[in-house]
Formats: sequence, structure tokens, C-alpha cells
Amino acid sequence: MIRFEGVTKRYADASGTESGDGSVAVDDLTLEAPTGKITVLVGPSGCGKTTTLRMVNRMITPTSGTISIDGRDTASLDVAELRRGIGYVIQHAGLFPHRTVLDNVTTVPRLLGTDKRTARSRAMELIERVGLDPAMARRYPAQLSGGQQQRVGVARALAADPPVMLMDEPFSAVDPVVREQLQNEFLRLQSDLGKTILFVTHDIDEAVKLGDQVAVLRVGGVLAQLDSPATLLADPVDDFVAGFVGRDRGYRALSFAAAPELSLADEPTVSLGASADDVRAVGTPWVLCVGDAGEPLGWVRAAAVESEVTRTVLHRGGTVASTTGSLRALLDAALSSPSGRGVVADADGRLVGTIRAAEVIPAIEARRDAAASPTSAEEATAR
Amino acid sequence: MSLAKIFGWFTDPANWQGADGVPHRVLEHLLYTGLTLLVALVVAVPLGAWVGHSGRLRWLVTGANAARAVPTLGLLFAVSMFVGPLIQSDLAFVIPSITVLVLLAIPPLLSGTYAGIDSVEPAARDAARGMGMTGWQVLTKVEAPCALPLFLSGLRSATLQVIATATIAASVSLGGLGRYLIDGLASRDYVQMVCGSILVAALALVADGLLALLEKRAVSPGISGRATRVARSRARNSDPHSEPDSDGADRSDPDPRQAALVGSGTTGPVQATATTGTPSERDRT
Ligand SMILES: Nc1ncnc2c1ncn2[C@@H]1O[C@H](COP(=O)(O)OP(=O)(O)O)[C@@H](O)[C@H]1O
Ligand SMILES: [Mg+2]
Repeated sequence: MIRFEGVTKRYADASGTESGDGSVAVDDLTLEAPTGKITVLVGPSGCGKTTTLRMVNRMITPTSGTISIDGRDTASLDVAELRRGIGYVIQHAGLFPHRTVLDNVTTVPRLLGTDKRTARSRAMELIERVGLDPAMARRYPAQLSGGQQQRVGVARALAADPPVMLMDEPFSAVDPVVREQLQNEFLRLQSDLGKTILFVTHDIDEAVKLGDQVAVLRVGGVLAQLDSPATLLADPVDDFVAGFVGRDRGYRALSFAAAPELSLADEPTVSLGASADDVRAVGTPWVLCVGDAGEPLGWVRAAAVESEVTRTVLHRGGTVASTTGSLRALLDAALSSPSGRGVVADADGRLVGTIRAAEVIPAIEARRDAAASPTSAEEATAR
Repeated sequence: MSLAKIFGWFTDPANWQGADGVPHRVLEHLLYTGLTLLVALVVAVPLGAWVGHSGRLRWLVTGANAARAVPTLGLLFAVSMFVGPLIQSDLAFVIPSITVLVLLAIPPLLSGTYAGIDSVEPAARDAARGMGMTGWQVLTKVEAPCALPLFLSGLRSATLQVIATATIAASVSLGGLGRYLIDGLASRDYVQMVCGSILVAALALVADGLLALLEKRAVSPGISGRATRVARSRARNSDPHSEPDSDGADRSDPDPRQAALVGSGTTGPVQATATTGTPSERDRT
């Protein structure tokens, strides 16, 4: 557990004094990052997120207040020792350009005196664990893409198996597709490792996706709200948080509601190569096409098929919801489907049936009513 | 015919023997050069490293560069006149000569060291400290290896200048290859002068070649490959249809050693980068 108690950081103003009214980056922050959970610090640029994070490993010294890790005041520890016990991941990875990926990852274990061979074999494991090809171990950072560098950064931070991790916008310098991949793998990794993580981002979507709890900071370093992502979306404490959380938060909050058991409609399907007559025989204007393993491929407009169903005539705008997914995914599948029937697949990706938006809405309403009675609120927020 | 004379000078056994022979003069020249570089390195490297590491007193680097404008020969006579009466023996000439040469060698070494350390990516430095490296470990394990290419360019530049300028030692009655120039001028033996110049140039080329070889061996391919990376990322950005980032064995990377070849040509004047170095907003808390 990382605990901030009345922590303030005032940067020296032009006159060079920290006292007086220098600019306050973090203002009387009291916060707990629970053991084994991800606590996300989020807020607009310049609100003191990085300062807060860097005070934990004493890259920045607080002006006042105490920060403790598992009850031990960080100020009382040897600074190098403290840092070696904390995984640290930063935005541009900060890999050492003159070292191979493998030697980057072994950095902290080597500082701690682990022998080279042990450090390397553990590093190889980690390199694979963060989703890199083992062959990359011999490469230099300059030979990696941004996303790969970030993975190495995470592996390097994990190398000495620290209980605590500090991550400062680790995924914000990569493109959205890679970012999503990295986020998903990060969550998967965390579910195995259960580290105590303090994670900084300016992206509220990332915050609600990754955080077990989210701390919203406002400029001047004041904690505005600390809550679970679902509560944050459902119940912002003030206009600032509401504005920061953004529009369509009602819709986004559905991400945290597991899809309930709903009765799905059976959907007649055709396969690739089906003739125009087969398609029209179904009798609906849009017909669902599935692959050999029963996986949904896309909708076909019956009137548009000339001779047979080919991949080029497939409409790909519709999203596919999973039975194990969220209400948001379910509703989105219905809304994005050209036929109005949302495609639902099982965990293995095989078509289970379809559902209309009008059938999802009652489930949402039912959930709202359930959330009003406190006993089941817990369940509703399960990720 | 003149070429024949030069050939004749070089093949005359008399020019290869004794205190005035080529081997002895080359040895003297190398001695002055080596001594100069040693002293200059001892002064410039710790200083440059400290300025680069701490970000303090950057004006030292700028100041040292400005000192290059001082005319070498004038300075040599001035120092000789000042030191000469104080010391008996040959040292009265050796000390002024070496002093002047050291002053010449310091700016490129100082700039190279400083610019090298200063060019280390702030993120790498930050990560190094954040992972629990001590200041000394950051310097030796991260900053120094990353600074190597620029430092070595500085060293090459200093070596070339010192070899070329060490000829002035002869003007205060010391040895070295400068003797051929001074004596040749005095006795109007132009062949000897030309041959002396050729020897200086050859020595400079050989020294530079050896240092280039050292650079290739000592600099991590991960750093010297930087040039290829910039080129590639530009190419990638200009191609809108390129794959965003698929992981796994994807990129066809050039052999790192080949990259080293591309990157090692950076012997250009380091001084420019160093003197214009604006105080960057680096967090050094
Ligand atoms: N080294 C520094 N000196 C003076 N002010 C700083 C320094 N670092 C950050 N600040 C100021 O402190 C505030 C918070 O900065 P930071 O923690 O980096 O914000 P964030 O990470 O949320 O964008 C900003 O107003 C910034 O200008
Ligand atoms: Mg920041």
C-alpha cells in the first residue's frame, strides 16, 4: 500500500524560494493506493500527476507531508535502495540505447547484485511475458517500434519483481491500436502479478479502463474525486469532474456492467459462396454470413448479391458483442448493425444469436433499479 | 623532377638515421602529441563530464571555444618569454610548447565530452536514476557509453590539430617533425620542407585512421545505429499505408554493424552543438 498523507509540493518561484507562494504543484494530497490494485491518477495537463508519482520514488522531494509504502516512511529509506524496490515506467520508455533489450531488462537485478546468468534467464522469461518475440532480446532499442519499446520498459520495471510499480503515461506515445493492445496485455499481466500500481494518465478513457480506483486531480494538485471507475462515471462530485469525465458518460458507464443473460434470437445464416437465391430465400433484407467455424463475418444486403456471397459484398460496420462482455458492447452491437440486430458470439467467437437495441434497454433499466438498492451495487460494478 | 627529389629524400639512408633521422623525429613528434593529449584529457574529460552531468557552468565550454581564437605561435613566444627565465634546461622550451598545445587540444575535447553527455536522452537518464542508479553509476553506465561517439569525434579533432601544430615546437629549438620545416626554411632546402609536411600529414592520417577504428569497435551498435533509425522513422511516417505496429518478427532491420558504418562518419565539428547548447529544461532534483 502506498499512502500519501497531507503531501504538498511547491516549486520554487522566480525568486528561488520554496516557501512563500511559489507555484503549488500538489496541494495537501491524502490518498491511498491499495496493495495489489491499480490506482490511476488522472487530470488535465499540469495538474501535478507526474509530480505526485515522482515523489513516491523521491525523484522529487515533497515540500511537506509524508509518503509511506507498507507503513514505512519513504523519507527514512536509502534512496537508491528505495528506487530499486519500485518498478518505474515512463512515457518514452527511456531505454538505454547502448544496451540490448536483454541487458536493458537485467539492469535492476544487476544493480542488486544478481549474477548475470540468473538475471538473463529471468529477463528472457519477462520478455516473452510482455508479448515480445524472444529473438528481440538481442536487438537494440533503436531497432524496435514505440510499442515494443514500451513493452521492454515494462519488462525492465518488472525484472527485480518489485511489489510496487509507478507508471507515468506509459502508453500515451503510441498509436491507438497499439495502445489498446498494450492496455489489454497490461491488465492480463496485472491479473497474474497483482502489483500495487500507481498509474498516471491524462486520458480518462484509459483511466476508467485500467483503474481499480481512479483519482481525478484538478490544476493546482487538488484531489477532486477518488472512486471506482463506475462510480466516477455515474456520479461525478462536481462540474469539473463531470466535465473532465466527458460526454456520453452514461453510455461509457455501461462498460462496467457485465452483460446479463438475455434471450437471444436465432439468426438464419449463409456461408461464403452461397448463391443469390439462397440469400434471398432467407427473406430478410440483411442476412448474416458466417465462416466455417461459425464465426460471424458480416452482413449481406440480399438485394446487392449478384451471383454469390463474396467477401467484398460483406458489410463490416457492425460490432460483435461477446456473451462474456459488457452491456455497452451489447448495445453497441445492436446500434452498429445495419439490420438492427446486434450480433452476439460466445467466448470462442462463434455466433450465438442476435439482439435488438430495444431488448438491451430493459436490461439497462433493470440494472439501474438494482443499483439503487445498495446490496447489489457491488455486483454491478464488477469488471 | 621535383617528385624525383622528394623520392630521393625519402630513400636517402642518411635521412633515416640518428637524431635528425625520420624515426627519431616521428618519435619526438608522437611524444609531444601523446603528452599533450594526456594532459588535455585529464583536464577536459572530468570537467566536460561534470558540466554535462550537472548542467552547471556551461559557459566554461563556450569560453574554452572562444580561447581557440588566440594565435598559437604568438602564445608560444609569450609563454616562452615568461617561463624561460624561470627554468634552466630543455624544460624551459618543453613546458611552453606543451602548454600551448594543451590549450589547443582542450576545446574540442571539452566540447566533445560535454556535448556527448548532454546529448543523452533525458528519458534514459531519468529512467536510470529512477531505477536506483547512483550518480556515479548513471555517469559510468549510461552517460559515458552514450557520450562516446561525440567524445571520440572531439578526440579525433584534437589529435589532428595537435599533430599538425606540434610542428611549432621546433620554432623554440625543440625536435619533432617541425624541425624539417624550420631547418628547411633556414637553409632554403625546400625538398626537406615538403617531405616534412608529407610526414606530418601521413602521421595525422594514420592517427585518425586508428581512432576511427577504435570508434567502430568501442561504440555500441545501438548508438551508432541511431542514424538509420531516424531515416527509417521518416520513411515510415511518410507512408500513410504502413502497418501501425505489429509485434513479432516483423521489421527487416539492417545488421547493427552495418548501421555502425553509417553512423561512424560523424567526425564533424562538435563545437557547434556544444557552444549553442541552450540550458535545457532538465529536471535535476
Ligand atoms: N521542475 C519544476 N519546476 C517548476 N515547476 C514545475 C517543475 N515541474 C513541474 N512544474 C509545474 O508543476 C505543475 C505540475 O506539473 P506536473 O506534475 O508535471 O503535471 P502533469 O504531470 O499533471 O502534467 C505544472 O504547473 C508545472 O509547470
Ligand atoms: Mg506528466
